[in-house]
Amino acid sequence: MNRKLELASGAVLASLMLGVGAASAEEIRLMCSSDGNECEAAMEIIQRFEADNPDVKVVMDKVPYKAILENLPVQLAAGTGPDIAKVTDLGGLNEYYLDLAPYVDRDYWETSFGDTLNWYRSGPDDDGIYGLHSQLTITGPYINKTLFEQAGVEIPAADADWDTWADAARQVAEATQTPFPMAMDRSGHRIAGPAISYGAKLFDENGDPILVDDAFTEYVNKFVGWHNDGTMARDVWGASGGTSYQDAAQEFINGELVYYFSGSWQVQRMDSSIGDAFDWEVVGSPCGAAGCSGMPGGAGFVGFKDTKHPETVAKLIDYLAQEDNYAELTAKSLNIPAHSGVAAKGVTYIDASQKANDALNAWGAQVAKILPVAFKYQGYKNNRAMFNITLARVSQAIVGELSVEDAMDRAKEDLATALAEAGK
Amino acid sequence: MIRIVSFFMDLIDIPMRHAQRYLRGHSIAWVFLFPNLVLFGLFAFLPILLNVAYAFTGTDNIMLWDRTYVAGENFAALTACSNYLDANSCELDLFWRSVHNTLLFIVLQVGIMVGVSLVTALILNRRIRARGFFRSVFFFPVLLSPVVVALIWKWILQRNGLMNAGLEQLGLERVVWMLDRNWAFAWSVFLSVWAHMGFYTLILLAGLQAIPRDVYDAATMDAAKPFRTFYRITLPLLMPTMLVVMVLALIKGVQTFDEVYAFTGGGPGSATTLIIQYIYETGFAGAPRLFGLASAASIILALVLAALTFLQLKFTRRNADG
Amino acid sequence: MAKAIDFLTRTRGHGKLHWTDWFTYAYLLFGILLMFGPVVWLVMSSFKTDAELDRFPPRFLPYAAQTVELEGYSKPLPLYKVVSGELAGETVAQVRRIGLTSQVVRLDAPDQIVKIGLKDREPIERISIATENYTNLFSKFDFLRFFWNSTFITVVATVIMLIVNSMAAFALAKYKFSGRAAVMAMVIGVLMIPQTVVLVPLFIVTKELGMLDSLWGVIVPGAATPTGIFLLRQYMLTIPDEILDAARMDKASEWKIYWRIVLPLSAPAIAVLAILAIMWRWNDFLWPLIALSRSDNFTLQLALNSFQGEMTTQWSSLLAMTVLTLLPVALVFAFLQKYIATGIASTGGK
Repeated sequence: MNRKLELASGAVLASLMLGVGAASAEEIRLMCSSDGNECEAAMEIIQRFEADNPDVKVVMDKVPYKAILENLPVQLAAGTGPDIAKVTDLGGLNEYYLDLAPYVDRDYWETSFGDTLNWYRSGPDDDGIYGLHSQLTITGPYINKTLFEQAGVEIPAADADWDTWADAARQVAEATQTPFPMAMDRSGHRIAGPAISYGAKLFDENGDPILVDDAFTEYVNKFVGWHNDGTMARDVWGASGGTSYQDAAQEFINGELVYYFSGSWQVQRMDSSIGDAFDWEVVGSPCGAAGCSGMPGGAGFVGFKDTKHPETVAKLIDYLAQEDNYAELTAKSLNIPAHSGVAAKGVTYIDASQKANDALNAWGAQVAKILPVAFKYQGYKNNRAMFNITLARVSQAIVGELSVEDAMDRAKEDLATALAEAGK
Repeated sequence: MIRIVSFFMDLIDIPMRHAQRYLRGHSIAWVFLFPNLVLFGLFAFLPILLNVAYAFTGTDNIMLWDRTYVAGENFAALTACSNYLDANSCELDLFWRSVHNTLLFIVLQVGIMVGVSLVTALILNRRIRARGFFRSVFFFPVLLSPVVVALIWKWILQRNGLMNAGLEQLGLERVVWMLDRNWAFAWSVFLSVWAHMGFYTLILLAGLQAIPRDVYDAATMDAAKPFRTFYRITLPLLMPTMLVVMVLALIKGVQTFDEVYAFTGGGPGSATTLIIQYIYETGFAGAPRLFGLASAASIILALVLAALTFLQLKFTRRNADG
Repeated sequence: MAKAIDFLTRTRGHGKLHWTDWFTYAYLLFGILLMFGPVVWLVMSSFKTDAELDRFPPRFLPYAAQTVELEGYSKPLPLYKVVSGELAGETVAQVRRIGLTSQVVRLDAPDQIVKIGLKDREPIERISIATENYTNLFSKFDFLRFFWNSTFITVVATVIMLIVNSMAAFALAKYKFSGRAAVMAMVIGVLMIPQTVVLVPLFIVTKELGMLDSLWGVIVPGAATPTGIFLLRQYMLTIPDEILDAARMDKASEWKIYWRIVLPLSAPAIAVLAILAIMWRWNDFLWPLIALSRSDNFTLQLALNSFQGEMTTQWSSLLAMTVLTLLPVALVFAFLQKYIATGIASTGGK
């Protein structure tokens, strides 16, 4: 027992010494969390960077997603954050970002990443370069094609609206005795795309957020109605509370769900879990009065102002942003490229089946259909407040705690409170 | 290991003897209290004081010095209701929903907890085989982390879970427990009783064992009527212990968070959102983080809890005396 | 056998089974089922494959499809027994399933695909333990380092807590000093505010003390607990003052009285508090998540949660993870359960 203890403490001592040794070089701490293998894929590229720059040591801290969402902001405010992190609250953390512009080639970044650079900025007047959008996602539906075939129901056309899809999904579910016709992830971000397609503006003429307008309410009304008549699986939005996230991927994978509104990040999981069990397909977002838009989203690498080595941090992020490296990262992590050059050339996804390849390219094609409001929403710095409010209030309407009108009134009040606090 | 510790402990004796010379009588107690008071001061009182300061400030800045003073605004917002019994009439309806849920929760949870613990303690106090083993059986769930407790039951109660399989075996319909607000609430109460009853059972058991045997022996003639023995002898003598259990169960009950949060997420809707969850989501997990509001809510909670505890102590004392 | 009957029919000493005896044993049996059953179910489930986890109705033992390697197919194929139709009675391997039809091959003719209905076949299964649920977890992180961090935090925090709390409890139980009531009120006061609501101020204090992102930042803030003082004080009250006075006659210092007399006499209560402390520290999640940001300082709970991403919940990994964190607690339980029985039972209550 004692011997083991000695060994263990010896190992700890040794690792401490190693840590001290490394600290004399430039140590960069990178906080990362991911659903798939983005962190590992990025690390492989970073190792090449380390080889080129022997005095730089990058340490990756793989953390639970909860840590990025809830603790990173507290740490940043207290000045104890990492040097680099992969974040999802893109605009919300803007005040802590390191502006990479002085260290990188602005033209290259502007032409390659265009719109996504805005998502990291504090507002329209900000022209800093802050983040490398490494994981571009887009929301939209998957369908179980095999069930459609078995039911003999024709798959609605690309310009079909939500009602058409809902009818079709219901028919398929009835004919094949599938428990759930439709489901949507429990997330304020997911429901935004359809609402925007129905004409929701989310912002007024001055660009100030309003969240709720007639079109938004119209979609919420439909959405709640589908939950009440059994079209939408209540288990997802109806069984949870607060801001907790819930998906329906398991149900879709088990063939219990006809139509699943989620997003591009599910491809890897669908591909590996469904296998040959049935045919699935990515279809475009259903249409509304304003268009057929999904919501863009995702995560990216940012550097933080408090870092002791701003130049190295910028150099490292810039290294990841180089076309070859970016293409490699996208290909390995099965993401849609946000880099226009990479996107133009097309990505050959490594280790992905033909089906996954097709699906990812189908997602890529959807990017063009995203409406400007959706981009603006994704780039708005307080959007997380709006997502959370939508989530909490729409859920209450679904379970019948509030009528849709009351829920929407409450949402407006919540937004006012949140903005007042955030603006002070 | 033990030898090392005891060497250091003997070493402490030297300065302690000196201290003893200067501190007369029972004042030496402060020396024993000192380390604990330092820790309490730094990690309990200081944060609580800071929390009070937060309650009077606004904005979503995390650091206290970046925040602006807003006087009683946060308290005013929390208590702005035209009818306290109807959450919909309040400015912050979710806060009041959580208050109502918590009230119902503790009434059920504390009641059932004390009842079940008492029955279990009485049974464990009988002359049964393997008493030690059975005592620890009921204590086992106390050792599980709240998240694990939530996961276990979520797994059993899910749509395709063990519970539904059992129901189908009995020829009943499957129930999606988490979709129904009443079921979700009932299971939350059940789960928290399941997880904590062992702790209270053992405290009650201690109380039972402290009752001298001869009191019972004097009443053996009544042995055929166990209920009468219970009401006449056991319950009155057990009252002080019951009091400790009730106070602890009340305080811990109001503070229930992790297991229910991991179990239902506060849903469906806000049916199982308890007050600590409201504070956590408003102040820490939300966006923007409304620390001021969350701190104000936590202060109201602490005051109400203190008042409740005081009342309970008073009420039960009088009852026990009379 | 006679012994078992004797065991089951052991009564309150009157030789005859009273209805309360029946009730007692029924209750205890139900208790075992209710307290251990769910945990056993969890452990069994953690050894099941994803496919088996989704099965309804669920089965107790983990089964997996039996597979066969056939020439011309890169992956092993699952075996099925055909129950009706042309091939009834034969064992076939399924190449793929499309909707309601299944494409199968005979084992002796692996290149001839036959289509049969899903209902015409039954999977051939055997009990198989899905250890990959666990090995997947292990391959994702440096298990030993996180285990060491967790153990270090748990052991050190428990020792500090026991010493500090028992000193305070001793002072509160055995001295009559002015201010005792105030200190007791303070202890109860601390009990009123759960750690969850003061996370941010606590974070700031810990940061200013320079303990952030070190194991001490997790150990020290949790070291003084009101519950610990409560439990120990209640127990120490039962130690007769005469013993202390006798020691004082012998010129024992107050520290010696605490360390050599009161502490050993409180051993059962200390043991119980130790069990509780070990479990609190080991299971702690929220505070370590905030206080620790470097992954080399992570505890097991943090590391096991780090694979939980933004959008995925995978039951197989989740269940395996849960069992892993539960294991040490179960061991502690097994070793210390006799103290639980005697310990808490003599604590509190007075």
